[in-house]
Amino acid sequence: MSATKDQYDLAVIGAGPAGLAAATLAAQRGLSTVLLDEQEAPGGQIYRAITRTPLRNPGVLGPDYWHGAELTGPFRDSGADHLPGTTVWSVSRDLEIGLSRQGAARILPVKHVILATGALERPFPIPGWTLPGVMGAGAAQILLKASGLVAQGNVVLAGSGPLLWLLAWQYLRAGARIDAILDTTPRENWRAALPQLGAFLRSDYVGKGVRLLFEVRRKVKVYSGVSELKALGDGRVQMVSFRQGDGEEWRLPADTLLLHQGVIPNINLANAIGCAQTWDETQRCWTPQVDAWGATTVPGVAVAGDGAGIGGALAAEHRGRLAALDALLRLGRIDRVERDRSAAPHRDALERAQQGRDFLDTLYSPAKPFRVPPDDTIVCRCEEVTAGQVREAVALGCSGPNQTKSFLRCGMGPCQGRLCGPTVTEVIAEARGVSPAEVGYYRLRPPVKPITLAELASLPKSEADVAAVLGRH
Amino acid sequence: MSRPDAIVIGGGLHGCSTALHLARRGVRALVLEKDHVGRHASGVNAGGVRQLGRHVAEIPLSVAAMVLWHRIAELVGDDCGFESHGQIKVAENEAELAAGRDRVAQLNALGFTHEEVVDEAELRRLVPAIADHCVGAVVSRGDGAALPYRTTLAFKRRAESLGARFVEGAAVSRVARAGGGWRVETAAGEAHEAPVLVNCAGAWADRVAAQLGEPAPLEPMALMLMITARMPPFVKPVVGATGRTLSFKQFANGTVLIGGGMRGRAWRDENRTELDFASLSINARTVWDLFPIMRGATIVRAWAGIEGRMPDDIPVIGPSATELGAFHAFGFSAHGFQLGPIVGRILADLIIDGRTDLPIEPFRIQRFRQMAEA
Repeated sequence: MSATKDQYDLAVIGAGPAGLAAATLAAQRGLSTVLLDEQEAPGGQIYRAITRTPLRNPGVLGPDYWHGAELTGPFRDSGADHLPGTTVWSVSRDLEIGLSRQGAARILPVKHVILATGALERPFPIPGWTLPGVMGAGAAQILLKASGLVAQGNVVLAGSGPLLWLLAWQYLRAGARIDAILDTTPRENWRAALPQLGAFLRSDYVGKGVRLLFEVRRKVKVYSGVSELKALGDGRVQMVSFRQGDGEEWRLPADTLLLHQGVIPNINLANAIGCAQTWDETQRCWTPQVDAWGATTVPGVAVAGDGAGIGGALAAEHRGRLAALDALLRLGRIDRVERDRSAAPHRDALERAQQGRDFLDTLYSPAKPFRVPPDDTIVCRCEEVTAGQVREAVALGCSGPNQTKSFLRCGMGPCQGRLCGPTVTEVIAEARGVSPAEVGYYRLRPPVKPITLAELASLPKSEADVAAVLGRH
Repeated sequence: MSRPDAIVIGGGLHGCSTALHLARRGVRALVLEKDHVGRHASGVNAGGVRQLGRHVAEIPLSVAAMVLWHRIAELVGDDCGFESHGQIKVAENEAELAAGRDRVAQLNALGFTHEEVVDEAELRRLVPAIADHCVGAVVSRGDGAALPYRTTLAFKRRAESLGARFVEGAAVSRVARAGGGWRVETAAGEAHEAPVLVNCAGAWADRVAAQLGEPAPLEPMALMLMITARMPPFVKPVVGATGRTLSFKQFANGTVLIGGGMRGRAWRDENRTELDFASLSINARTVWDLFPIMRGATIVRAWAGIEGRMPDDIPVIGPSATELGAFHAFGFSAHGFQLGPIVGRILADLIIDGRTDLPIEPFRIQRFRQMAEA
């Protein structure tokens, strides 16, 4: 499949569960639909390489992963065009999509956009996290799914959250070695999460989550209540040090340290389009402001799935279908009654999928020292800016991330703040003694993903464009 | 209600510089900034510190500003990231080089010697990475570049330390006469009174002028810039072109800033700009042609700042034509950054002494009334 059309009714950006479900439903119901995705094969991160993973033994990645195959089949038959290997670097208010593919850039006009940009791992700034050998658990999981690769030597996992335990379980299933798991979940989180325990116990998470947890704990040494985590080494990680509560310092040899403390919405594209966003105090991240259908504050732009607030893969699928139904309404293909009627089963399924989520969000809310690190810890990896430098800039009058960006260049590198944004917001908020909501976030700018000068120079230009720029009329 | 000696509307570089120069002479200014200091054109421009290629009327001011730039740390207590490796306007053919010679001859006749024509060999010595087809250039060796946000903040901090006061998030809603002076009200409901009012409101300054009954045909515009990932160091001076628009500079960290007057769209009431990638593409093509080394470069970000442009592309600097005790400095039309240090001094001189030793006649606001009547 390839895009041959010059324009589409609907562009869906991202081929994870939300994007696949949205594109499938929209195309099935008659919208000319294009699915734009960076990867060469559909699945997003959660179902990464679902159509081509070398791990054919379904026991390794588990049934939740293989559920992804139920999305790719219907998508393939839906009539939607699929543009894999495509980087979307801009969406204008006029819904013109700037994209790059196979070394050339073009502008694709559409009538409606659903952003299904998913989640990314929350930054985990600790001393030494920039050393080679330290990586996100999510990145390790992608290597496993896409290439069947596991880390070698002494492997230590550290952090908190369901994905950390899932990766440990998948590693063990794949026959990999894990030396230790350092659980940074603050003990007080258990007390805070207790009121939500009932809903969690009625959810689908319980059975498989608890089974998985016990299986991992039986096979791997787990240190709980971990604080003051550091990666140590000369040129690459060789050792991790930490404390348990106020106890004495532990050291473990580590050739690989896999860090994880939850995922947050990937908001960069929505932010660059100018969609209003709000600070989520429970999930401690910025989320685009959306209605029950995923519609943002920018007309014609919706967000579905984890990109609009973390809800997990199953919820993402249903949120994708709801956003597609709303697109059908807005493009005049169905009326409100039909939209709401068609949405009913997806709303029920969404509610079921979200049950128990509050408990997990509260239990795995990351500990403050790992969100607001000490002065000597690097927060912006691209420009090597420390938390201490951010605090100094605040003392000089920088009151928000855009000022520290201008002053220190933090957030100005190729990642456009993906790896430092939430940390910088929280560091400034703490230094000023105000809420993260008041401090705000980076104003991001296209291209939200780097493009080459060659691609940009290759953009088709009309004579009128050239004349306007050179002042010829 | 506060009663400073002067109220400056606008916390851009010119507002901060005015507050600083007033404070140096013992006059306490209150600066009202609707967003935060350096939020717009002052904080996000290309940082060019350039005498090269200026409108003849601006040259005396630009030359005087350059003296201050070379001692900027004495003025503001921070080097502002200022580096002087010259600015160069490349000629891509003999006709462009001939135009450069004419320009330099014209300046020399007026007594200005900062611009000089260089041949191809000297161009290649200064910019080894320049494309083969370039035949020469006009050069201003004392020029350079600085870090705009850091500069604006340094002016603010020094002004504050000398007694100026800044209020951010203070949008001016009304300017009115009060007694012999001025009463300025903000959207937040605060009021301030002072004998002197200074309009440094940038792309919003026509609205302040309108409250003084003065037409100022200002056009808000969004000038676009883009920046690359780090590259090995290959160019020190700031490079522009003659026949097409370009401003090109490499920072010490290796990133390359590409600008040159390409315009996006500006919505000044929303503080919003939108980029026009078709125009940026033309800019990219210019870089492709002039710097072969850039053909593998990666663009990591593009942005635009909101700036005010006047129809004749030179600023408004000087006293109000309708009201005593009111002064303007705005409409720098995308080349005000270098003038910042001197414009504040000019305004302080006008406010305190009633005169300035620099020729500001061409920047009178009355010129637009005359234009309207003509």
